[in-house]
Amino acid sequence: MSHTFTLDGKVVPFVDGQTIIQAASAAGVFIPHLCYHPEFKPHGSCKLCTVKVNGRHTASCTMRAAPGMVVESETEEINAERRALTQMLFVEGNHFCPSCEKSGNCQLQATAYHLGMMSAHYDHFFPNRAVDASHPDFLLDFNRCILCSLCVRASRDVDGKNVFALSGRGIKTHLIVNAKSGQLADTDFTLDDKAAQVCPVGVILKKRQGFAVPIGERKYDKAPISETAESTEGR
Amino acid sequence: MTYQLETAAHPETLRRVAIDPVSRVEGHGKVTILLDDQNKVHQVRLHIVEFRGFEKFIQGRPYWEVPVMVQRLCGICPVSHHLAASKALDVIVGAKKLTATAEKMRRLMHYGQMLQSHALHFFHLCSPDLLFGFDSDVTKRNIVGVAMAHPETAKRGVLLRRFGQEVIRVTAGKRVHGTGAIPGGVNKALTIAERDELLKDIYHIVQWSRDAVQLIQKVHTQDPGLYNSFGIFRSNFMSIVGNNGDLDFYHGTLRARDDNGKIIFDHVDYQQYNQYIEEEVRPWSYMKFPYFKSIGKEHGWYKVGPLARVQNCCQISTPFAEHERKEFVDYAGGSPMHAPLAYHWTRMIEMLHAAEVIKELLHDDDLLGSDLVVQGKRQSEGVGVIEAPRGTLFHHYRVDENDLVTMANLIVSTTNNNQAMNEAIRHVARRYLHGHEVTEGLLNHIEVAIRAFDPCLSCATHALGKMPLEVELVDPEGRIVHSLSRS
Repeated sequence: MSHTFTLDGKVVPFVDGQTIIQAASAAGVFIPHLCYHPEFKPHGSCKLCTVKVNGRHTASCTMRAAPGMVVESETEEINAERRALTQMLFVEGNHFCPSCEKSGNCQLQATAYHLGMMSAHYDHFFPNRAVDASHPDFLLDFNRCILCSLCVRASRDVDGKNVFALSGRGIKTHLIVNAKSGQLADTDFTLDDKAAQVCPVGVILKKRQGFAVPIGERKYDKAPISETAESTEGR
Repeated sequence: MTYQLETAAHPETLRRVAIDPVSRVEGHGKVTILLDDQNKVHQVRLHIVEFRGFEKFIQGRPYWEVPVMVQRLCGICPVSHHLAASKALDVIVGAKKLTATAEKMRRLMHYGQMLQSHALHFFHLCSPDLLFGFDSDVTKRNIVGVAMAHPETAKRGVLLRRFGQEVIRVTAGKRVHGTGAIPGGVNKALTIAERDELLKDIYHIVQWSRDAVQLIQKVHTQDPGLYNSFGIFRSNFMSIVGNNGDLDFYHGTLRARDDNGKIIFDHVDYQQYNQYIEEEVRPWSYMKFPYFKSIGKEHGWYKVGPLARVQNCCQISTPFAEHERKEFVDYAGGSPMHAPLAYHWTRMIEMLHAAEVIKELLHDDDLLGSDLVVQGKRQSEGVGVIEAPRGTLFHHYRVDENDLVTMANLIVSTTNNNQAMNEAIRHVARRYLHGHEVTEGLLNHIEVAIRAFDPCLSCATHALGKMPLEVELVDPEGRIVHSLSRS
């Protein structure tokens, strides 16, 4: 059954069971997000999609829409909070956009641009993380992991392989490879895995591609993230 | 060819004057001069005080990232590092011969860079010294002063640079730090619209470059007493040369000559560069001191860059630049010109050549092709060499079976000129400062000598883990209380 709620004053229709972000996407309204992907069960961890519902903060990827809700998203207050969250992600990892091949195709970078992030603001952690180049076709650069768990969910729920997992707790949480050696080469990870396609940043990279796509032709060169597929259909 | 004035016998008794930072050069460096009570010069050193360490931190990174990462060494001629690294990685991916489109796109990018870098150096950084005098009013000795006194010259300088930057933008995607070259080729060709936009301007760019050669030739020949002797020292010189000994900035074989112009080595495949060149480290600078192995440390150092290239080649393939090269060679009188200020003259001849090559390339339909990348049998090691605006640039990498870089060695253009620049400033110090009261104008003479080489000090500092460091604890009276050294 169809109902409506308001999002920044705009009337948004939804059907029973839809979350706020699903209804917003269907209506062509962009809500910034990183760990949300329309093909997977929401994780609710990055908090970038936080909105205010009837004056209270909530993650729009996990909150089901309800008739008559008053939702605020594109406000200065909420975007300042999203910007701070994004800045924290940048300083917790090693995100060197100038030499990252994902630059121009990176959802974290595009989101930072969208939110008007001009600097990292906080002190960098500069963590010491290894690169796993053991697999013949893929490189894992853990320096750029934002713990969205999309690869974990894709490998487990779609590929049925459980190649990836999050290990540790709190600030020590980190992405691992489920192999005795901890190396990707010792898993059954392959090119056609869904997990090989979903990384929103530059962790899971097809080898030897590098900078094959010229500047001007990359995803976010053509349109900002708010006007690309994310705003309507997800990635 | 000695190291006179490099190290004073009793530095603790001397007064120290520092030029810190050296201005109107790329990067950060300083000059220290030790003088006694009669202002006699006992020690002069050009120090490179910043540290970059790219050779170390690209280890463990995937090789395809390297051409984009290493260009961050520099904001003035990043294309040089981008292309030198790409050439080394061409070897790694087994791309023995690039497609015509790929090689010509890279050439266009590189010659655009030569044009913009040479224009920047001549008009923005050096023309104030050359047009107003080395000890002229310091408040006007800058590009703003040039714009006020010679507005047309300043304007042309800005527009020449801008054109070169546009060439880089359409070939690399951005004016600074683009991504055009990739291992085995390029990621884009030129569009017809991009080509036509450049064609609108190239003819007056060539003419302005011709005028720039005339300007510096006039400045040089009007005052031969100064320009032929200022900071002069004799040295070997080296560059790559193209087919038939042509001037070629993008590709060729290594050729070196002694101070009389006699060939030391020629037709050397640069994959074997380390059989011919060795690098020495000294405790007072982050910049290494390269020399020809066959001659040894004391006499084997050399100079690179425009003055070396224009005299090392047999001819230039484009007509206007070749005419100017002959004029320069005639002026030099049949033997190599060693005067540092002649760098400016030869730099403008090179800028003219770059403009002419760009014009030729823009009429070549290969730039519009679609065959961009080749690959072959994977190798574990590769060397890429290019003639950057400031001289010969070496990039050498080893890559493991998992595609990660295990070793990098960069010999940057300015590093090749390290001993040469030190010799030039020592000569100037002896000639102009020795026994005189030190003034700003006199100190600028030291900087003029350094600027002639167009050094990029930020690019040239890579001696991580190899520095024989010396640390001295000095009391308030300048006496050394304690010293430690690591050799």
